[in-house]
Amino acid sequence: MTETVVRADGTPETPGTRHPARPRRTSGTGRPAWSLLVLLIAALVATPVVAVVVEAVTSTSLALPRGLGSMVVTTVALMVGVGLGTLVVGGGLAWLVTAYRFPLRDMLVWLLVLPLAMPAYILGFVFLSTFDISGPVQTGLRSVFGPDVWTPDVRSLPGAIIVMSLTLYPYVYLLARAALVEQAPGTYDAARTLGASRARAFWKVLLPLARPSLAAGLALVMMEVLTDFATVQYFGVQTVSVGVYLVWHGLFNFHAATQLSALVLLFAVAVLAGERLMRGRARYHQKGGRGRGLEPYRLTGWRGWGATLLCVLALGAGFVVPVARLLVWAVGDAVADPGSLLDPRFLEYLVNSTVVAAIAALVCVLLALTMGHALRLGGGRVVRTASQLTTFGYAVPGAVVGIGVLIAFAALDSALRKMGVPGGTGLLVTGSVLGILYAYVVRFLAPAYQAVDASFAKISPTMTLSAMSLGASPRRILARVHLPLVRPGVAVALVLVMIDAVKELPIVLLLRPFGFTTVSVWVYELASENFWRQAALPALVIVAVATVPVFFLFRQVRLVDPHRKVG
Amino acid sequence: MNPALTPVTGATTPALVLDDVTKTYGGTVAASSLDLTAAPGELVTLIGPSGCGKSTTLRLVAGLERPDAGTIRIAGDVVAGGRTWQPPERRRVGLVFQDHALFPHLTVAQNVAFGLDKMPRRERTARVGEVLELVRLGHLASRYPHELSGGEQQRVALARALAPRPAVVLLDEPFSSLDENLRAQVRADTVAVLRETGTTAMLVTHDQTEALSIGDRVVVMRDGVIEQADTPEKVFEAPATRFVASFMGDADFLPAHVRDALLTCEIGVVSTVPGWANCDVDVDVVLRPHEVALTLDPESKAHVVAVEYHGAFVLHTVQLASGRTLRSWQPHGVRHPVGTAVAVSVVPGITPTLLVGDEAVTQPPPPR
Repeated sequence: MTETVVRADGTPETPGTRHPARPRRTSGTGRPAWSLLVLLIAALVATPVVAVVVEAVTSTSLALPRGLGSMVVTTVALMVGVGLGTLVVGGGLAWLVTAYRFPLRDMLVWLLVLPLAMPAYILGFVFLSTFDISGPVQTGLRSVFGPDVWTPDVRSLPGAIIVMSLTLYPYVYLLARAALVEQAPGTYDAARTLGASRARAFWKVLLPLARPSLAAGLALVMMEVLTDFATVQYFGVQTVSVGVYLVWHGLFNFHAATQLSALVLLFAVAVLAGERLMRGRARYHQKGGRGRGLEPYRLTGWRGWGATLLCVLALGAGFVVPVARLLVWAVGDAVADPGSLLDPRFLEYLVNSTVVAAIAALVCVLLALTMGHALRLGGGRVVRTASQLTTFGYAVPGAVVGIGVLIAFAALDSALRKMGVPGGTGLLVTGSVLGILYAYVVRFLAPAYQAVDASFAKISPTMTLSAMSLGASPRRILARVHLPLVRPGVAVALVLVMIDAVKELPIVLLLRPFGFTTVSVWVYELASENFWRQAALPALVIVAVATVPVFFLFRQVRLVDPHRKVG
Repeated sequence: MNPALTPVTGATTPALVLDDVTKTYGGTVAASSLDLTAAPGELVTLIGPSGCGKSTTLRLVAGLERPDAGTIRIAGDVVAGGRTWQPPERRRVGLVFQDHALFPHLTVAQNVAFGLDKMPRRERTARVGEVLELVRLGHLASRYPHELSGGEQQRVALARALAPRPAVVLLDEPFSSLDENLRAQVRADTVAVLRETGTTAMLVTHDQTEALSIGDRVVVMRDGVIEQADTPEKVFEAPATRFVASFMGDADFLPAHVRDALLTCEIGVVSTVPGWANCDVDVDVVLRPHEVALTLDPESKAHVVAVEYHGAFVLHTVQLASGRTLRSWQPHGVRHPVGTAVAVSVVPGITPTLLVGDEAVTQPPPPR
């Protein structure tokens, strides 16, 4: 038998005192090269935001444009308006489909997500074309009531609020429904068995339980509102983000643009803080246990059809009617002039959109894979924090990312010039596709990382450890174990980023080089000049592309629907 | 112990040496000054309550954690210590996990071949066949892991770990994911394969019976410290500490006294203690239920307070006059109802473990 020292001296006097502190702590087991890569990625993503903050804080002169006060007021009004609008529409519909049964409810429950596929800048111009002075509604009114009939001004803040609420309500709808269906059932059952009435159980249990989800949904909505500066321009609504765009693109006033975008960032921080506040200390993300939950009431007769009508109205206004209108325009044009379909410009912009989106998707997925892999190799807390940091880019408004990228490029430019490269990169003056790509990576790394990470989460850590102990190098583990196993996540990530990138408008508008146009920019330009018919076809392309991820959502919504009839 | 199962000992290099190894996470000490040596071919079981540091020890050896201090040697090579640190892939350590961790996208043969990528193709194929035969799974070489039963997956995991001829195989609760009735068979098969190949193995378990029945040596850990590392018999019959006595099997403790080599306690004279002739000390005596005898005695102040039927044996709990309780295994047919007055004695011929404080003592403590 081999010798073993039995330690019999380890009787504790007081816990923690018996182990003398070791002087030197060696570093962790992570692979330095891979950990360093993650830190680099985090730095890359954080740079634009940090750049904006640093520029804004260090600049000596205040260069804020005139009319700032009204911009701030407008922004707040728009955010509050859209917040309330989505809360009423999204929250209300979620309650309706969860608490009641009515005709077509089982189908509407997932169809109601569809407006998510309708970018606001497309719904916006369809809305204007329909309700503006020259649109069919007002023309009709005038022909009936004479030319002096009162009509509301649709190119206004309320108009923008309506359009944005109609496209953004699914965020609140989805999260509220998830809260009602997934978290609440067990708790709701408990409340009912304790003698609470249906109404009391709703107000005392369901609503408080749903509050964090509602807060999260509202935060998503507000972020979207903040990031937009194209849609609101149709409606003549001057938000702070619009200010950034106009000051940079109209006046090339770099300082003012930076300071304004710092202000946008403040708004974003306020939204996140607001969400935290609304959530309070309540972090109930636990599932409330199995239960039957809310027993849906059957609505019959006119009540039932009334409920159906409400859902159909939201769906119609947010998706069906605008798509139909676009189809009529596009088909009409195609019939009248078949050659217009093969407009070489359209083809060129389509290629632009696709290529930029594909590159962005590839880069995002590569970075996401690197992070997931490095974490698996045991990077430790710093690497974990760094990879979490990269997902914040999704919450940073487009104007901030755009200006931040410009600042970063300007710094690079002057550095290059100092090193003797004449003209530097030349990126700043002309703008560049590289800038767009960079901004895309900052914004869209989050969904890519989340998709890939979800796949990584399904691989047991012991799998990686087994591969290591079998002598596989980190690179071999990536190629032979991790990559084959996270392929589903990689596919989802590629699709999600590509779609987000094709849809994206503000960043391209801000950063595109002269003469570079994508499909989304083309739609925007045509719509801004009221060439609505011509905008129809490219708009339809974007809507079709954006519908793809919504189909992923369909499946999820249906899977969690407890009231779905079997078969 | 079966002599055929005793490990190979000799002048060869130990397969595994832990020398004063310490690991802390934040403020908590997961492993404190561990010293442990495993001879080639030895099967060491590591046991302790959850959080005792047994898994940490395994991870330290595998290279999944880095020690704060101390040295780890595998087959003579320093893999951790000082400035040296070898990552897991350079350590010649095989790992078998509770969840088997087979690569789901590779066949059984490809799984086993994973660690043999530097071998020429023909040699590799031969080795894969060889180890698969060893675990009697040659016929399933082209299956995918999800097509196998839990026991088969476990055997593939073992084959995969053994294929590159590691210096030591670490098994982390390898049987706990298996069904109760399957477990004994898989356990026997695994031990047989380890013996057959002369593999040095360290097996982490939380099952006392498992630790005692398969280990050449049992290492009992608590709070990051090795309480005892000894043969299974020693660990059970001569526990080094109060914790080991109560953790490895049932044990009751009674205050006792040794005077002139005679051990007495509440139930009378327990035994003689040779070599303790000239002393007069208080100790605690460890009594295991199978060492406690009961006889009916209406005069006795002790009485039965609980009876549990376990099938082959019946466990009686007896309360003594002092209020302390002792447990006693009685044969199948014996069942004293609750309330029965019984006299308690100790089965003759045993050498009970004595404790001073929490430590076992074999020699009279020096007079204070």
